[in-house]
Amino acid sequence: MRNVTIIGAGPAGLAAAIAARDAGAHVLLLERAKELGGILNQCIHNGFGLYRFREELTGPEYAGRFIDGLHDIDIRTDTMVLEISSGSVTAVNPKDGLFTVTSDAVILAMGCRERTCGAIGVPGDRPAGVFTAGAAQRYMNIEGLRIGKRAVILGSGDIGLIMARRMTLEGAEVAACVELMPYSSGLNRNIVQCLHDFDIPLYLSHTVTRIIGRSRLEAVEVAEVGPDRKPVPGTEFRIDCDTLLLSVGLIPENELTRAAGIAIDPHTNGPVVYDDMETTQKGVYACGNVVQVHDLVDFVSDEGERAGRAAASGQPEGAYTEVQPGSGVGYVVPQRIRHEGAEDTVTLFFRVRKPCRKGSLVVYDGEREVLRKKRLYMTPGEMEKLPISRELASTAETLTVTMEEDT
Amino acid sequence: MKQELICIVCPSGCRITVEDGQVTDNGCKRGEVYALKEVTNPTRVLTTTVRLTGAEPVRLPVKTERDIPKGLLFSAMRQLDAVTVAAPVRRGDVVLRDVCGTGVSVIACRDVG
Amino acid sequence: MRYDCIIIGGGVIGCATAYTLAHCQLRTLLVEAENDVAMGTTRANSAIVHAGYDAIPGSAMARTNIRGNELMEGLCRRLDVRFERIGSLVLGFSEDDLSTLKKLYERGVKNGVRGLALLDREQTLEKEPNLAANVTGSLYAPTTGIVDPWGLALAMAQVAARNGVEFAFSSPVTAITRKENGFFVTAGGQTYDTRTVVNAAGVYSDIIHGMIGGDSFHITPDRGAYYVLDKSQGKLVSHVIFQCPTEKGKGVLVSSTVHGNLIVGPDAVPQTDRTDVAATAESLDYIRRTALLSVPGINFRENIRNFAGIRARGTPDFIIGPSPVDPRFINLAGIQSPGLTAAPAIAQEAAAWLRMAGLKLEERDDFIDGRTHIEFRRQPREVQARMIRENPAYGRVICRCETITEGEILDALHAPLPPRTVDGVKRRCGTGMGRCQGGFCGPRVHEILARELGVAMWEIEKDRPGSQIALGETKEADV
Repeated sequence: MRNVTIIGAGPAGLAAAIAARDAGAHVLLLERAKELGGILNQCIHNGFGLYRFREELTGPEYAGRFIDGLHDIDIRTDTMVLEISSGSVTAVNPKDGLFTVTSDAVILAMGCRERTCGAIGVPGDRPAGVFTAGAAQRYMNIEGLRIGKRAVILGSGDIGLIMARRMTLEGAEVAACVELMPYSSGLNRNIVQCLHDFDIPLYLSHTVTRIIGRSRLEAVEVAEVGPDRKPVPGTEFRIDCDTLLLSVGLIPENELTRAAGIAIDPHTNGPVVYDDMETTQKGVYACGNVVQVHDLVDFVSDEGERAGRAAASGQPEGAYTEVQPGSGVGYVVPQRIRHEGAEDTVTLFFRVRKPCRKGSLVVYDGEREVLRKKRLYMTPGEMEKLPISRELASTAETLTVTMEEDT
Repeated sequence: MKQELICIVCPSGCRITVEDGQVTDNGCKRGEVYALKEVTNPTRVLTTTVRLTGAEPVRLPVKTERDIPKGLLFSAMRQLDAVTVAAPVRRGDVVLRDVCGTGVSVIACRDVG
Repeated sequence: MRYDCIIIGGGVIGCATAYTLAHCQLRTLLVEAENDVAMGTTRANSAIVHAGYDAIPGSAMARTNIRGNELMEGLCRRLDVRFERIGSLVLGFSEDDLSTLKKLYERGVKNGVRGLALLDREQTLEKEPNLAANVTGSLYAPTTGIVDPWGLALAMAQVAARNGVEFAFSSPVTAITRKENGFFVTAGGQTYDTRTVVNAAGVYSDIIHGMIGGDSFHITPDRGAYYVLDKSQGKLVSHVIFQCPTEKGKGVLVSSTVHGNLIVGPDAVPQTDRTDVAATAESLDYIRRTALLSVPGINFRENIRNFAGIRARGTPDFIIGPSPVDPRFINLAGIQSPGLTAAPAIAQEAAAWLRMAGLKLEERDDFIDGRTHIEFRRQPREVQARMIRENPAYGRVICRCETITEGEILDALHAPLPPRTVDGVKRRCGTGMGRCQGGFCGPRVHEILARELGVAMWEIEKDRPGSQIALGETKEADV
């Protein structure tokens, strides 16, 4: 029986744990929080599981479906992994102290973190009342705290939109949602049900140019941005508010991965993975938002299951074909397709760089076009999926995925 | 009366116009159905939390079992302000029946205790 | 109740003075306007221990810089404060620069700086391969160091407190009355009786001096902004990298910090407002452009925080000594750069002036020096294992970016001068200093603080008074 250690019990880790166990492995699941489910616990809104369960579940319900299936798995919560190196995982918790486990496979499922005010370099003061949307969500939904009376949301990512509705329902006023890009990065459904439902204005091509307030936030200065995404002088206006929520992007959390010497893809900030989710280090797999930031949890679970099955069986090494993003495409996962594998078809996941109402996804082997699929309505906010046959992949030198807009 | 709305049936997000029951600019039939419902009887599932006692988390996530009229969201929130649930509680347990006279129950979304 | 000395200001100068006076049989009180130590210039500066080649020979700056640099290493060792003598390079890019470097070298030699050397291009690039290729030479100063400034101020304050120095926070001084045998100092609504006063009020020191009618100096605050970059950039340089000083200041520096990050800044913007620490877009732009001239490879996308600090400029030299109005009132004013370096030396001089003013500085025989500051992440694995066995709270990691445990937060809460705010915990333990900037650990630190202080979560402040993070509970009928 193979031993599999999984780091993280969010949606990716939970799905990986169940799949690995079902494939016959002995599974140890390590989670830094006191509870299983990861970020799903604070995502109390619905819309999870449409693909997988044909239902609109809330985050806790979605997690609950997996937690229900966790029998015959060793679980340690309140446990932080400090280090991974060649099959060994060193972790701490208050009960077991410092311990090292050696296993046949390790699955990385640490998720991602939010980009902060510092990361986007907003000038101004540093008062209380500036939150990442996720931190605000935790305060409201887990701690049951009211965080502000009048809020501005910077970034129209889904978490920001969801929080606009959540704060409004809990009695706060959301003065505006401000988006740097000329389009929203959130789902239409959230634009409608979180902003339009409550008459919250969305300022596209705008950004927050100054944070004002010595102790608690008092106001933000907002300005229009030009095509270079730089503020246009003279367009500044002030919005009084005591709360600023930042929903400006997510970054895969790969400090452990980097420290372990696993190759990181600069496009995703996640580990380079094979189609079975193995990283460049033999026996170390990765899945979920640690690999690429997803917009639907259903695909996180799919990735987790793929990693779990592969970790339990232990894929043989072998020849592979590299996959890389080309024109119009931001990144591609997996970055490597094995020539031998359990499935005949491999699905490529990626994001286009800008919205496109009508176009094609085109895959090249060098200069030679090998696959072309028409697509309507592509946007960076929604992950694209493109199945490709393993046979085709295995005969190619290098695959390049591109997006061509119809003119 | 002329109303404009963004269709949420698929990612294309058509800007649909509805005027006197006539739907235009919709990309498909599903969009028409959506738009008519939105202008005549818009409904939403309400997800929120209620106070929880007897367990470490102080709030329990809950939702309306079905969608309720959009206009009742705030009344439902105020009604739920008064609800306190004692652990243990199971997913699907009813925490409030017939919210705002809709006949819809509010149910727990999480096991606690 | 009568004090021998009241120190006004809990920055690094006030804390160093408190630490020095704590060695003596004196009744000392430190009053601080803010709710913690190190809330002004001390918490927002370059964190550099300067070698001492900048100051004019014969000045108080030169004297205390050299002495402070010598004292710093031993002080930090005793107080378990992070200090690293990594050395510095002042870069030259032109003939003019090279003559400036030569002048700095000569000045440094006059001031008594040890180990200075003028390096040519090759020697410079050998020490720092990531510098701009058009560098033409540099001044190397091996005695330059980096330090944790708020850690230093806090450690000195903690040792002072443990040895009987009293601290009154949230106590801005509103009036000082001279009387025959000393002063009445009114701070935070209380009036204290004291024989002497040490004015270490930073950018407010001229206002404090004005309270006894002093008008001999005026502070012109100026503001400097910074970038702090992720640890991924922390190894880009291994020395403090300065640019040639101009009349505008010492230029923009690039250095690793004792926490392993990269610090880049500051600029110098004169201003009238003594409280405005907002980093402006123009400042940040200027710093970024200027720093890239020294180290072109800095990846500013790895920025994790910007901040700005106010410095007490406006006097040509440090003002260390009795007020012309009253010899029992000792000014430690105009302490701009290299004030952090000079602090231990300035404190010694302050003590000497207090002796001149009539205080008896008799050493206490029960003085307990030293402090330990245990950081879980820096311990070897076997020590970590033992720590958790002895106290399971060390096994719960609260700040995942910096690996700070609940045990360390509890240690800080049970040490002298415990934190009362989320940022107070951050300054003591390092929680929230990493790349997520408290996004994950902020709410958990907040929870621990509320639990340990026995107050509701919405009563906890982020930093200054009025900086509550939460306003109350959800589900309240009043909303």
